[in-house]
Amino acid sequence: MAAIVFEQLEVTPRRRAWRRLMRRGGAMFGLAVVTLFVLIAVLAPLLAPYDPVATSWSTVRAAPSSAHLFGADELGRDVLSRILWGARASILAGVVSVSISLAFGVPIGMLAGYLGRWVDALISRITDAMLACPFLILAIALAAFLGPSLTNAMIAIGITATPIFIRLTRAQVLAAKSEDYVEAARALGNPHWRIALRHIFPNIVAPLIVQATLAIAAAVIAEASLSFLGLGQQPPAPSWGSMLNTARNYVDQAPWMAIWPGLSIFLLVLSFNLLGDGLRDALDPRHK
Amino acid sequence: MLNYLLQRLATIVPTLFFVSVLIFGLQQLLPGDPAIALAGEDRDPNVVAFLRAKFHLDEPLPVRYWYWLSGVLHGDLGDSVRIQKPVSELVAEKLPVTLQLATMAMLIALVIGITAGVVSAVKKDTWWDYGANIFALWGLSTPNFWLGILLILLFAVQLGWLPASGYVSPFEDLKGNLAAMIMPAFVLGNAFAAVLMRHTRSAMLQVLSSDYVRTARAKGLEERVVVLKHALRNALIPVITLGALGLGELLGGAVLTEQVFSIPGFGKLIVDAVFNRDYSVVQGVVLCTATAYLALNLLADLAYYLVNPRMRH
Amino acid sequence: MRKLIFAALAAVTALAHAQTLRIGLAEDPDILDPTMARTFVGRIVFAGLCDKLLDLDEKLNIVPQLATSYQWSADNKALTLKLRSGVTFHDGEKLDAQAVKFNLERHKNMQGSNRRGELAVVSSVDAVDASTVRINLSAPFAPLLAVLTDRAGMMVSPKAAQAAGDKFGAQPVCSGPFRFVERVAQDRIVLERFPNYWNKGEIHFNRIVYQPIVDSTVRLANLRSGQLDFIERLAPNDVPGLKSDSRFKVARIVEIGYQGITINTGKSEMAQKNPLGKDARVREAFELSLDRDAIVKVAMDGEAQVGNQWVAPSNRYYGKSAPSPKRNVERARQLLKEAGVSNPSFTLMTPTTSDAQRVAQVVQAMAKDAGFDVKIQSTEFATSLNLADKGQFEAYVLAWSGRADPDGNLQTFIACKGPLNTSGYCNPQVDEAIEKARTTLDPAERAKLYDAVALQVTKDRPIVYLFHRHWLWAHCAKLSGLRTIPDGMVRVQGLKMN
Repeated sequence: MAAIVFEQLEVTPRRRAWRRLMRRGGAMFGLAVVTLFVLIAVLAPLLAPYDPVATSWSTVRAAPSSAHLFGADELGRDVLSRILWGARASILAGVVSVSISLAFGVPIGMLAGYLGRWVDALISRITDAMLACPFLILAIALAAFLGPSLTNAMIAIGITATPIFIRLTRAQVLAAKSEDYVEAARALGNPHWRIALRHIFPNIVAPLIVQATLAIAAAVIAEASLSFLGLGQQPPAPSWGSMLNTARNYVDQAPWMAIWPGLSIFLLVLSFNLLGDGLRDALDPRHK
Repeated sequence: MLNYLLQRLATIVPTLFFVSVLIFGLQQLLPGDPAIALAGEDRDPNVVAFLRAKFHLDEPLPVRYWYWLSGVLHGDLGDSVRIQKPVSELVAEKLPVTLQLATMAMLIALVIGITAGVVSAVKKDTWWDYGANIFALWGLSTPNFWLGILLILLFAVQLGWLPASGYVSPFEDLKGNLAAMIMPAFVLGNAFAAVLMRHTRSAMLQVLSSDYVRTARAKGLEERVVVLKHALRNALIPVITLGALGLGELLGGAVLTEQVFSIPGFGKLIVDAVFNRDYSVVQGVVLCTATAYLALNLLADLAYYLVNPRMRH
Repeated sequence: MRKLIFAALAAVTALAHAQTLRIGLAEDPDILDPTMARTFVGRIVFAGLCDKLLDLDEKLNIVPQLATSYQWSADNKALTLKLRSGVTFHDGEKLDAQAVKFNLERHKNMQGSNRRGELAVVSSVDAVDASTVRINLSAPFAPLLAVLTDRAGMMVSPKAAQAAGDKFGAQPVCSGPFRFVERVAQDRIVLERFPNYWNKGEIHFNRIVYQPIVDSTVRLANLRSGQLDFIERLAPNDVPGLKSDSRFKVARIVEIGYQGITINTGKSEMAQKNPLGKDARVREAFELSLDRDAIVKVAMDGEAQVGNQWVAPSNRYYGKSAPSPKRNVERARQLLKEAGVSNPSFTLMTPTTSDAQRVAQVVQAMAKDAGFDVKIQSTEFATSLNLADKGQFEAYVLAWSGRADPDGNLQTFIACKGPLNTSGYCNPQVDEAIEKARTTLDPAERAKLYDAVALQVTKDRPIVYLFHRHWLWAHCAKLSGLRTIPDGMVRVQGLKMN
């Protein structure tokens, strides 16, 4: 996840950015698919043909048919219903984790960037330390500590991804600090907190949004990875990651158990990545 | 320049200290008594007591940290409780494996990523661009373990071209070694290829629209020469430093890929140790990989600094 | 002439290939020292590395290995073993009575030994003469013979053990058919043929390589692609696929262990707060809501034997007076009404293994029909052990790998002072019966006692035993000579590649 290294963007909010975003076909596709999945997640109770946790001994690992469009899993549950309901878990996993990272990472990064000196040094060392540890190991240790559950997996991923946002915010604040408008604000006698919130923050939001979008994609995969190790969403509640985890034992006999969750994760993550890419292109004046 | 180097070196020490505290603290927070976990199914109370005493598990946290730290400063990373082997031996055993896997993955990532990035930049906004984008993104969008299992089923079981898992030392059987490592390296390299592709693309785009390239074109040089000889060379600089960072990260252990392909590297070692509460192993190995990561970070920064005069202030 | 060369080459390569047996294990073993070893999978490696005093056959009878015969004393407080002559350790040392005495004392006295509990009743060991050993007990102990067929009966070279101290596990020196070559943690354990093995006629391989491959799908893929010759713990749902493949064979036997649900009936105050732990009627209702046959069919693909006691129904010590009840939801609901609990709810602590997760979900769905609200709490192995010991659970899914003697599956869990009695169950009459059954050597007498215990335990239900898995092995069809013995071990004597 930390492999998603950010670029230094020249940030200038422009209305033309929207038009550019529109022009990027890939980003529009991404936006469309993401919206579709969010709708599915919200409307799952209405769309799902069966109760996602209803077992049935007669349809164990049933192949796709008119009764079960995507087939049935190892306990006879309808895969389609579980995919629809599972969208909630996966999207939540992505969004909540990143929200946690933003909620902690941005303020800390701003502190580091704005205050500088020993505050910056301390925060930077701790951030470096967290980034030096393998991401998944930290997440596993945290998730194991908190206990296996979707909520705890989200917290674990969120905390582990925080250093990325600390670094990003800090870099942006450092760049913004030397801009003219900040000098002007200071000359006018604005208190520090005001400068930080009203002047600097709006100007660094754009790269944060880009990074956040990309981070959601990585968080969805991280949840699937934690589920692979038994630390994510617990049965019988569905999540694409835990469905993949169970399905890997049946790839030969019941491939549909694995195809659909795998495809769903792939599409969702791809869309977030495309969207993030498009946002970056739109907001970066260097790309014409 | 020397100043810069010394400055950066000075930051590594406190960072490593925080790494050790972080990973030590996390370990101790893990629920469950490690003595019981390691005592096995029978949980003989004598064995539990013996393990507790041997690993100072009854003492307070700071004391335990001090024991461990003083051991490390003397070059002793402790012993694995589960198989009673010194951690340093385990590290020495697994380092070549992880190193080889990380290097191969990085090479694959570089080849795929840079090619896709160049194609994407040169043929911007065409189907080549979108295609290269999707191809590189595919790696980032598929869970490692998932891709791994699919590849095993295809190439090992169905086609029989490659071994399903395991590892053979290159000194014993080079062909077998490469055959066993190619799939996991591909799975790992895939994700990073996407990152490299994006950065190559943006760097190329930046260079291609620069005056320097415009001059080369005006001189009447063939497009291919312009792209490959002039633009690419400049665009590669930030990409290479990114590669160094990525290598550092890969050294941290490709946890899931190693699990699926049964590659005896760091990733597998650490994960198993976390679940078995084999503290010393986790702490020792993470310390080593963190050191490697920070060292590579430093090298990358130095390279960037040397090459980019703007950074020197 | 060329044909001859080709034939010779083919024969040599075939021979070379047949000389190494590659076995896939489900986990990486722990310390390769029989005194300190703690895992099931480690015993599989020991089967090739270390011979034992006694061994088991397919019917769980005690058969000779390093000891050719045994004799109980008149008061049953001493066991005399006659040792096989001409046996040497891998380092050339002789295996005599002194060596056996050394080993048994090592098992009992070494710091960190995991065998102390098993040999607790042994008070002293005498080397009567070079080939006779007498083990003196503080009280008669029927399970002793079975104990000596496991790690406590494994003999290591005293010279090597004394030289290596507690580092012996890194370079074990035993007297089995193969000797230790090397071990790369989590990668492989390599053994090579011991030319002076006493039973070398039965050994048809030059090397064995054990490779731990945790993912069962990948382990099977290795077998399929030809990288492994033999795998243990095949996943139940993979059996039909292999059956139709003529290149491979599947072998199975019912395990000596069991799978069940342990209920906190008295370990901590959580027992009193939960209707399941408090009221035996609620536990009966829970058991009656379960359809064991369906659990086995759905969760284990039929690869298990239904059971309701600590030994399988096919075991001679199964209490025939307490057979497995059939599902009866009506009666279950009635019992709950009588107990005054309408919608009892409890948390079922479940390990993260896929088997346990499936069983828990099936149990959850079945119990719902009777009105139970079962909440599944996935817990990681290390954490679950801790919580169980502290009594911080209401119910948990427990698997026990099993011991050859029924006492090994019973006493530790059900006796009042049983070290693994996480249920907190205590019934003095049951304790008495268990104690008597351990000190009596007559199988018929023991069976009667266990029958009485079964009657009581199946009524009190501190543990709801569910089934006994099949040990499932898969190997290439050319491999012959596999003996399916219920302890799950892969005995290398007799294995041959045709």
